[in-house]
Amino acid sequence: MKLVIGIVRPERSNQVLESLYRAEVRGFSISRVQGHGGELDRVETYRGTTVKMGLSEKVRFEVAVSDDFVDTTVEALCEGARTGEVGDGKIFVLPLERAVRIRTGDTDHGAVTPVGK
Amino acid sequence: MSVLAGLPAAAVAGVDTGDTAWMLVATALVLMMTPALGLFYAGLVRSKNTLNTFMMCVAAIAVATVTWAAVGYSIAFDGDGSIVGGFGNAFLSGVDFAPREGTTIPELVFFAFQATFCIITVALISGAVVERMRFGSFLVFAGLWSVLVYAVLAHWAFGGGWLQAGGTLDFAGGVPVEMGSGFSALAAALVVGARKDYGRQALLPHNAVYVLLGAGLLWFGWFGFNGGSGFSTGDPSVLAFTNTLLCPACTLVVWFALDLFRGRKVTAIGAATAIVVGCVAITPAGGYVSPGWAMLLGALAALPSYAVIVWRTRTGVDETLDVLAAHGTAGLFGILFIGFFAEVAWNGASDGLLYGNAAQLGDQALAALAAPVYAFFATYVLLRAIGAVMPLRASDREEAQGMDVVQHGEEAYVTGEGAILVVPEDGGPVGVPVADPG
Repeated sequence: MKLVIGIVRPERSNQVLESLYRAEVRGFSISRVQGHGGELDRVETYRGTTVKMGLSEKVRFEVAVSDDFVDTTVEALCEGARTGEVGDGKIFVLPLERAVRIRTGDTDHGAVTPVGK
Repeated sequence: MSVLAGLPAAAVAGVDTGDTAWMLVATALVLMMTPALGLFYAGLVRSKNTLNTFMMCVAAIAVATVTWAAVGYSIAFDGDGSIVGGFGNAFLSGVDFAPREGTTIPELVFFAFQATFCIITVALISGAVVERMRFGSFLVFAGLWSVLVYAVLAHWAFGGGWLQAGGTLDFAGGVPVEMGSGFSALAAALVVGARKDYGRQALLPHNAVYVLLGAGLLWFGWFGFNGGSGFSTGDPSVLAFTNTLLCPACTLVVWFALDLFRGRKVTAIGAATAIVVGCVAITPAGGYVSPGWAMLLGALAALPSYAVIVWRTRTGVDETLDVLAAHGTAGLFGILFIGFFAEVAWNGASDGLLYGNAAQLGDQALAALAAPVYAFFATYVLLRAIGAVMPLRASDREEAQGMDVVQHGEEAYVTGEGAILVVPEDGGPVGVPVADPG
């Protein structure tokens, strides 16, 4: 079991969702985050105060999957999120110790497998 | 009277103080409609385009006021040429305290009141091109459109041009404002093209409260728009004022019913749209139809606009904020409605078909044909010409990033986290960063 974290451009999040669905990855959560990853700073001016915006809006996908689903998930994230420009984001894969489906008490593999599989 | 008699500034002969007082207020009310429209439009777009959308309305105030003072007013209101007016009032020449011919208010007030109409009409068209048109190109378009399209249509309907001379009744701008903006918006959407994500992603309004508040302020301002279009405090103004309450309320009720029928729920954005549709429908008819018929107009006007919205969203035409449905369609409907239900007993001018004057319907139908055709084709050609000289729209990448940051270097909802103050190079005083929480 792994936790796949993908941090992507907000404007690509719909494509990412689409490619996750297409890869039959059905369970995930997202959150809005801000981050910095080497892209150019945006310069903004508010009534004479000029600032460099060092953080960009990103969307963070968290997907818990069984081991055979890791590659599919990573590929789906890449495919949906890539534009080729700096700032497309990162994917991190972390080992996952335990997972529980609250409704049924299923644990681990059962908990990260979509219902009906 | 004895108190006032000692005052130095005696009114110019022919000017009525009561009428002038009301028209000063009405002018301010109509000017407020443009920022209100900005709020309405800003709520309907995605959050990354909030400022750009609002700024297009602010830009209309800037650009259209200048072009109106320079030549627009003159083309619309100088002389009674058939197609366009003259240049006698260019750069405000001869526009002073003397009453405007046919009214009891100083021409200066008349000029300012009409300027606010030109402004909001330019702002309305922006609804067709938000979220992708470059701001600079919009400024150029706004300036040229206000003269080449708005001023011409205003002359036809208000300034003694061929429509008005031929007997077309248009109380407050069904021809230049509503059909002018609606059908120009359609042309603008076709020339500029759809947003890159249109039809592929759900592009949703980001703040429905802005939309409702904007619609409410528009309605408030519309009392000046319609109520001021009699240029006096006389009967036509009073009638139009009250009709501006009655008609949109009926549109709201019918819109609720349509929403319930189609989706089983009454929607807030639908209600905001209905307010605008109702106000638009009564705009041409305000001073010409009885209060009872105004209520019927409001109820019926909901139907075609609702249908156009449902139809438009299923096409590839990204006329983003439905200017055609809300303004073009409802304006056209209101213009035609006059042809049936105008009543001399109420307006002192002309009867419609229902009261035995079929010719009026013909005059109205002519306007309902001519205004859309001119607005659509003139705008189409104008935008194509501008497009040949400069790019009309932002690149796909800029569109993805959002027009606020790309076009204005600002964001509507700054968090301030990660903002680093840029110290001026000459070592001058350092301001407080917007990021500084303390």
